[in-house]
Amino acid sequence: MRRIACTVNGVRREAEVEPRLLLVYFLRETLGLTGTNVGCDTTSCGACTVLLNGKSVKSCNVLAVQADGAEITTIEGLAGGDGQLHPLQEAFRQHHGLQCGYCTPGMIMAGLGLIQSGAGMSDAEVRLGLEGNLCRCTGYQNIVTAIQDAAGKMQAAPAGVQGGSE
Amino acid sequence: MTQVAEPEAKRWVGGGILRKEDPELLTGQGRYVDDLVLPGMQWMAFARSPVAHANLTSVDVSAAQGMPGVTAVFTGQDLAGDWAAGMPCAWPIGDRVMPDEPTADARIPDHWPVAKDRVRYQGEIVAVVVADSREHAADAVSEVQVDYEELPVITDMEAALRDDAPVIHEAFGSNRAYTWTLANGEVDRVFDDAPVVVKERYYHPRLIPNAIEPRGVVVQPIPSQGEVTIWSATQIPHILKTLMALVMNIHEAKIRVIAPDVGGGFGSKLNFYAEEAAAVAVARRLGVPVKWIEERSEAYLATIHGRDVIQDMEVAATEEGKLLGARVKLHADFGAYLQLVTPGIPLLGAFLYHGVYDCQAYKFECTGVFTNKTPTDAYRGAGRPEATYAIERIMDALARRVGKDPAEIRELNFIPPFSEPREVASGLQFDSGNYQATLDKAKELVGYDELRREQQASGGRRDGKLLGVGISTYIEICGLAPSQVLAALKYGAGGWDAATIRCHPTGKVTVVTGTSPHGQGHVTTWSQIAADALGVDPDDIEVLHGDTAISPIGMDTYGSRSLAVGGTALYKAAEKIRAKARTIAAHELEVAEEDLDWKDGKFQVAGAPDKAKTIPEIAFSAWTAHALPADVEPGLFASAVYDPPNFTFPAGAHICVVEVDPDTGLTRIVKYVAVDDCGNIINPMIVDGQVHGGVAQGIAEAMYEEAIYDENGTLLTGNMLSYRVPSAAELPTFTLDRTVTPSPTNPMGVKGIGEAGTIASPPAVVNAVADALRPLGVEFIDLPVSAERVWRAIQAAEGGQG
Repeated sequence: MRRIACTVNGVRREAEVEPRLLLVYFLRETLGLTGTNVGCDTTSCGACTVLLNGKSVKSCNVLAVQADGAEITTIEGLAGGDGQLHPLQEAFRQHHGLQCGYCTPGMIMAGLGLIQSGAGMSDAEVRLGLEGNLCRCTGYQNIVTAIQDAAGKMQAAPAGVQGGSE
Repeated sequence: MTQVAEPEAKRWVGGGILRKEDPELLTGQGRYVDDLVLPGMQWMAFARSPVAHANLTSVDVSAAQGMPGVTAVFTGQDLAGDWAAGMPCAWPIGDRVMPDEPTADARIPDHWPVAKDRVRYQGEIVAVVVADSREHAADAVSEVQVDYEELPVITDMEAALRDDAPVIHEAFGSNRAYTWTLANGEVDRVFDDAPVVVKERYYHPRLIPNAIEPRGVVVQPIPSQGEVTIWSATQIPHILKTLMALVMNIHEAKIRVIAPDVGGGFGSKLNFYAEEAAAVAVARRLGVPVKWIEERSEAYLATIHGRDVIQDMEVAATEEGKLLGARVKLHADFGAYLQLVTPGIPLLGAFLYHGVYDCQAYKFECTGVFTNKTPTDAYRGAGRPEATYAIERIMDALARRVGKDPAEIRELNFIPPFSEPREVASGLQFDSGNYQATLDKAKELVGYDELRREQQASGGRRDGKLLGVGISTYIEICGLAPSQVLAALKYGAGGWDAATIRCHPTGKVTVVTGTSPHGQGHVTTWSQIAADALGVDPDDIEVLHGDTAISPIGMDTYGSRSLAVGGTALYKAAEKIRAKARTIAAHELEVAEEDLDWKDGKFQVAGAPDKAKTIPEIAFSAWTAHALPADVEPGLFASAVYDPPNFTFPAGAHICVVEVDPDTGLTRIVKYVAVDDCGNIINPMIVDGQVHGGVAQGIAEAMYEEAIYDENGTLLTGNMLSYRVPSAAELPTFTLDRTVTPSPTNPMGVKGIGEAGTIASPPAVVNAVADALRPLGVEFIDLPVSAERVWRAIQAAEGGQG
């Protein structure tokens, strides 16, 4: 067992973990943050995407021990304390960017990582930027629109939209 | 109670209100099976056969039992006494050589949740491990020692029918599951006499459904009561409950099935699965909650596959291209066993091989075949994508043969517009349709005539790429299903659905539905229907579903049935509420019932609209019951069960424009236009979303996906890296529009939209690619039109090495 400490959604968390424990199971099962989902075993689907030190990563491809000392933002850390949806969550709702909701947390975190990376927001750029995240329900079109819309709104009002860990 | 015609106020129906489901799902508060943790819960994992066909000479679990954290390990022999019945097949179809012959007894193989002495496909369960953690269970699985005496493997469905093929189920003497025929008219004479006959062979690949949430099940036993609660990632909590009662011999009242948030299904969660039965057996034996969550690579073997059908398709026509008859012979690969509705899948397409076209003669014949592969079953569209692909491809072939444009050949043969049921060549009654209108709209949106002119002028080239245009004017059968038709097709259950409305004294309304959504937005759509029907705000309506303790009656969600059947049940329950409320309102307002108008969501006295009662007001009076009219029961509650008199028949026109790189074979969809007609619409935003997702899945089928087995029955595309589910980067932006031809089958005039995109799009894409390749001399190309296959076709046509 190894002791790790990290900041998750702005809260410091410490735990004893098995060296083989994946970050996604640390979040889901040790911390009870079940919003981050698991959809595959080959790092293909991206349902488990979170922000690790501000960059989107697939948390099934990171060991919990590798996150020692890191800042992590999960889907639970995006909405404001008053329940106010993050602009990206709001855009997904407005544009019907989700159906079954299972890929949605990963898709939103990947979208947030993409926006924060400063990537271009053309259709082709957003689509390429989401290459690592699979959705079987929406056909992606409304997801792309939602991310473009949110990026515009976040640019217009940059303060306080970086997620709960900031 | 007096029957009074009530003009429908439509304040919410037809509007794009935002989904009520979304706030939880957007904030990580969704509750999927894997989110569930119970005190004392144990983890299950399954030892699965790595070989496709073998006798089990020994299954030694002693080493596994000694592994850390392991509670118990069970073999198929250990659990043999736990099953009161084997794995159920609800659609037992036997041989029927002539349509008027009775169907022979079906060949349903013995199929147990855990193999007892033989395995017949890679991935079949041989032992169940129970341990205190996910990891310990997985560790112990690798210590289960099995001796496999390997048997000859058969994976090719045509070879499986030869006399010398190894027989998978010896009791049947061959690998043929059934041959089932449907015919109408003098088919052979029509084909013999026809001046033009076009015949092609299509292979529809085996597909892996890939709902992004894998399956999972949690079972909590209450040993003292003999009860079990089952949480399952399922589309069918009600059907699962009934089947579990049969397989485990438990009274239905002691089984509660909960489908919590379910992360997509596409038919793959419309089944009774071995892992569900094993979880109940193990939880009852151990007296503790157990949990199993499928891994993705495990899902590729353990969850049903779809399609895998060879279609020999023929049409007969006049020299002008007027269709005279359609005739098709199918071979359907069922895999090693019959799952819940495996044999019935081809029958869902059996009536659609003439598409939206008039003809006199029709014949469908399907032979189902056992092979050493994962069983096939329902996958989005189920039978109808195969039929649509066959007829829409061959209409293009016919167009070429008679020298007509693909749009022109369709227009020549369309069934003319109709608004009342009309019998078609396969014997069904199509409900209503206007196929020319959808094609007109699609052609206009895509700029069809300009595209054809551009091809003519450029020799089919655009910026060095090959330009292709493909049409699919599809039809589907939805609204499953009229129970009497199901009886004629030997399906083992009804096709009705149920709804209950409870109007509370607080003014709030509870709707209970028998459908079980997993992404389709029923909570929102059902709220819109009830809001208009009862004059309340959608936000004051709670829609409950997916828990057999809360919604005990229902037939669940599949086959684009939920709105046309379950939504209609809700509509009918609301009619009952309004009828009772009218009686109470008339009593309170001291007028005759006929003097009340249902207007603006309330009962108004004719000529004195300020004298009115709302449903919430009447719900309160009905609850206090202080001054009800004689013979009126307290409370404002109503239930309805609706069995549809006919199917519904959504249709539409999809046009795909592609550019193919002649050097690499890479295809890019540059425009995709979908004009769909699903009758009246409750929520256009949700309908468009269903079309987007359906088209995407159909494009995936057309261009990317194919499950491939080697000759030893090993799945070569056994994980998400080797089986290509397309991402946003591979898919285009879709252009959508619609026409509205209301269905006369149900009072809301709705038809269904869940599968339309997946049914329509594969032939549109492949027809477009075939169109692009034709100038190079490529005569034929089939699914999937992957870059490799396209490149090889180009090489072959140009005399290269491909």
